[in-house]
Amino acid sequence: MLSFVIRRLGTMALTMLCLTMIVFFLINLEPNLKKLAISQTEMHTSAEQLESWLVNHGYRQNFFVRYGQWLGVLPKQPVTDPATGKPTQRFSFCNDPLEPKFSGVLEGDFGCSTKFKTNVASKLFPALGATGILMLCVLAVMVPISLLIGILAGMREGSRTDRTLSVASIASTATPEYVSGVIFTVIFASWLGWLNGSAASASQGITFYNFTLPVMTLAIYGIGYIARMTRASMVEVMTQQYIRTARLKGLSFGSVVVKHALRNALIAPFTVIMLQFPWLLTGVVIVEVMFRYQGFGYTLVEAAGNNDIDLLLGCSLVSVFIVLITQLISDVGYAFLNPRIRVQ
Amino acid sequence: MQVEYIGAFNIVLGVIARFWPVWLGLALVMGASFSYKKRLGLYGQLFDSGVGIVGVGICLFWLFTAIFASTVAPFDPLSQVPIMKDALPGGIEPISKLIYYFGGDKLARDVFSRMVYGSQIVLIIAPAATGFALMVGITLGLPAGYYGGRIDTVLSFLANLVLAFPVILLFYLLVTPGIMDTPIPYAMAGLFFLFPIIFFSVLFWTRYKNRPDRLYILLGLTLVLGGWVYAGLVFDADPFKVIHIDPNQLNIFVAVVFASSPGVFRIVRGLVMDIKTRDYVAAAQTRGESPWYIMLWEILPNARGPLIVDACLRIGYTTILLGTLGYFGLGLAPESPDWGTAIKDASRLLRSFIHPALPPTIALMSFVLGLNLLADSLREQSMKD
Repeated sequence: MLSFVIRRLGTMALTMLCLTMIVFFLINLEPNLKKLAISQTEMHTSAEQLESWLVNHGYRQNFFVRYGQWLGVLPKQPVTDPATGKPTQRFSFCNDPLEPKFSGVLEGDFGCSTKFKTNVASKLFPALGATGILMLCVLAVMVPISLLIGILAGMREGSRTDRTLSVASIASTATPEYVSGVIFTVIFASWLGWLNGSAASASQGITFYNFTLPVMTLAIYGIGYIARMTRASMVEVMTQQYIRTARLKGLSFGSVVVKHALRNALIAPFTVIMLQFPWLLTGVVIVEVMFRYQGFGYTLVEAAGNNDIDLLLGCSLVSVFIVLITQLISDVGYAFLNPRIRVQ
Repeated sequence: MQVEYIGAFNIVLGVIARFWPVWLGLALVMGASFSYKKRLGLYGQLFDSGVGIVGVGICLFWLFTAIFASTVAPFDPLSQVPIMKDALPGGIEPISKLIYYFGGDKLARDVFSRMVYGSQIVLIIAPAATGFALMVGITLGLPAGYYGGRIDTVLSFLANLVLAFPVILLFYLLVTPGIMDTPIPYAMAGLFFLFPIIFFSVLFWTRYKNRPDRLYILLGLTLVLGGWVYAGLVFDADPFKVIHIDPNQLNIFVAVVFASSPGVFRIVRGLVMDIKTRDYVAAAQTRGESPWYIMLWEILPNARGPLIVDACLRIGYTTILLGTLGYFGLGLAPESPDWGTAIKDASRLLRSFIHPALPPTIALMSFVLGLNLLADSLREQSMKD
């Protein structure tokens, strides 16, 4: 078990290294650097000035040197001011070192956000916290509802309840966030006026009024999927021999479901719920943009839209980490929950 | 000048009437399938369940809408009639006396016509991209599952690499206006569009190796047709100027194929690992068939059930992806009538007008729902066998 986890962690590190290198390459393509230089300098700058801005801020160094600096395996060099010849900080709004120093992701320095004019860390982690709250609320709504729907549907396969709930869950998986968000806003905000169509004020304080719509929108897409998986798992368990034995023993249907079937039927949904995180990540981006909630997804879109290199790298590192760690947890947890499975 | 309006009942009647070619097509196809369902195999069995009929119906509805878009839509999706800016549903356009059934949007375009034309974009890109993703996934998944070992390790690592990318980040990196100045989208297109040609060449080669008369015809046909399409799509150098794709559409297409082929790869790999332990595979191996013959002619046909179901779900998922791209304004032109872009434009103005937002959302939702219902009933039918 331990060697399995260590091996997986090794693969994970390799994957993250490859992915950050790909992201690094794609963000540093020539058109993107041009765009960054244009947005960071004054309007109507000549091509030479743009080029000198890029050189002065260290964007013209060798690709691998810069990747190594970002990673923290090569020392970050301060830039020399062409006027005075003295070393200066790359960006005045971050505490970039004045002498060569190892200061990359491995040392805990995520770099400098050119869009928000601050450290990446001081922008990214509060945003992650805000998204964490949203995610918690979503999970608190999504998991119980979907498990309940799945169990009710899978309890008696082919019954009227089963068919109704199955079609409802198919409908909910067919509704991406940007569709359900619009529909919910129309119904609850424009028409009934019960809820706020914007969660911008949720950064100050979360209320039922401004936070329900984003949570509902995010939850609805996942509910259908988890419910279907739970149903399939429940249906399978209900045909097992030990369920028949329990029934023949004279136990009531309800007690068979709760005491015998439920535990075994909930193993598969656990994996599915863990693997939902990557999907939730995309949903978070859509929902945060739609409801103007200042979280991780909002930061990612701002970073990508403004070609904020370090911030976008930080965002991708975080999201890739979340995806990989949830995969690991789901594998390990599955082996723990289901003793019949042994990981090699 | 004041815009005159018709009532809600007339709107419903008018919309139903505008769709007349679609109803005609639906009636013909559904009627024919219903009466010959015994002879139509898996497709015919779909008509045994209510869910299947509804699924087929919705998918065909949007298919016919896309085909007859120019007849169904009263207006051009891009034409603007200034007086109809933000007009409510049912407004009568004063010059042509035609009706804005679902009202006008903020740029005074007909919401109904845009929804109808939007179906064309979705129904071309989504199935085509899914098709290419299937080709890529199958061509790589077969050897990975069959041989195992090092090929499997490398390919699975690459697939997991792509799957670990959050889709939205991938699109923000791959679908930008800047990237079209670099050779990356064309290189990726060149790589992905090669797979169908390889797939069909190997398919025919393994089967008709010993029958040159058939082999040369089929192989020649594949190479000529494939090369023609390849030249048109990747190099935009179709000598007959028939096949042409805009650079930004190519970019979207490539990004969508890239995002969804690892999923196909994983499914195919899993299926192959399961099927290769069967007796008929062992029999073929004993006969001395080549590995690729076994993969393509023994294993693949037996994996078709789950693959068809997955393809249906995947077209729906691709539709959602296209909508996401439109919603973030990536790739597609800002005035493009596709559903995602329309939802983006309308959702910014929900506080003042809700009518431009509803038609594209409901269209997208119903199309994906139709595909999911279709997949669900296909799965049920194939499990019965």
